[in-house]
Amino acid sequence: MSETDHGILTPYARSLGIALSEIEDGVPVMCVAFDEAVEGRPEHYHGGATGGLLETAGYVALRAELDQRGRQALLKPINITVQYLSAGKSRTSYAKGRVTKLGRRSANLTVEAWQDDRSRPIATAVMNVLMAEPEA
Amino acid sequence: MSDQPKFDPKTATPFLTSRGHSGWLGLAYSDHGEDWVELELPWREDLLGEDGQRVLASGPILSLMDMASGLAIWKAMDRFEPIATLDLRVDYVRPAREGSPVFGRSQCYRVTRSAAFVRGLAHDGDADDPVAHIQAVFMKIGQSADKRELPGE
Repeated sequence: MSETDHGILTPYARSLGIALSEIEDGVPVMCVAFDEAVEGRPEHYHGGATGGLLETAGYVALRAELDQRGRQALLKPINITVQYLSAGKSRTSYAKGRVTKLGRRSANLTVEAWQDDRSRPIATAVMNVLMAEPEA
Repeated sequence: MSDQPKFDPKTATPFLTSRGHSGWLGLAYSDHGEDWVELELPWREDLLGEDGQRVLASGPILSLMDMASGLAIWKAMDRFEPIATLDLRVDYVRPAREGSPVFGRSQCYRVTRSAAFVRGLAHDGDADDPVAHIQAVFMKIGQSADKRELPGE
């Protein structure tokens, strides 16, 4: 993991092994290598780990958007709905979020996760995130 | 013939959470009923959300509820069979208290030939004051299930 990850990743995300894969059009693409920390039934991702990757990619996409606009905020989860489309196999997974609507107090995000074939996502998510005033 | 249940969440949980993602989180058995199971997620410093805030990240709660939901489905069916999460919604209604374990309680309220429906909540000591509510649908992925079938059919 590079030092630059530490600015955008939560302690939870770092602990799970989530890392920055690349920046694409100003939006971070996140990845997690397959190992025991993400495994559910043998040789497959746990739904919770896939959800954690989606959620993390959502937060970093929102953080990148806020940075571009010079805005600071504490991000607090409101909700997430995850759709599991196919089983996550024992290889690296990627996820990228998109800010669908950036409001003053809340943001709506969509996120996709994929493995080898980006056109066949393994899971998608819709998230609402509260943007609170930074504490003084 | 025996009246003894075939799926006991109390004995199955240590087996199912000994390794993998659940083992990494340290999920443990807490309680169960006829169609519900409650698991415990211990407090851990390395599972926090945003830097500078002493608040548990939302990801571990999602994992906790996914696992508790699976166990609730097996309890309701009274057998272990492969299932996969199809859809999971989590509403985070308030932050969990610092230093407190989080309990995830999920109830399986309906099982069809192909799908299982659950709802549940996460709390940090008082189930009447939840930190999150969830709703989810799982699909059976056993050989008998017709994968073309839609949930609820």
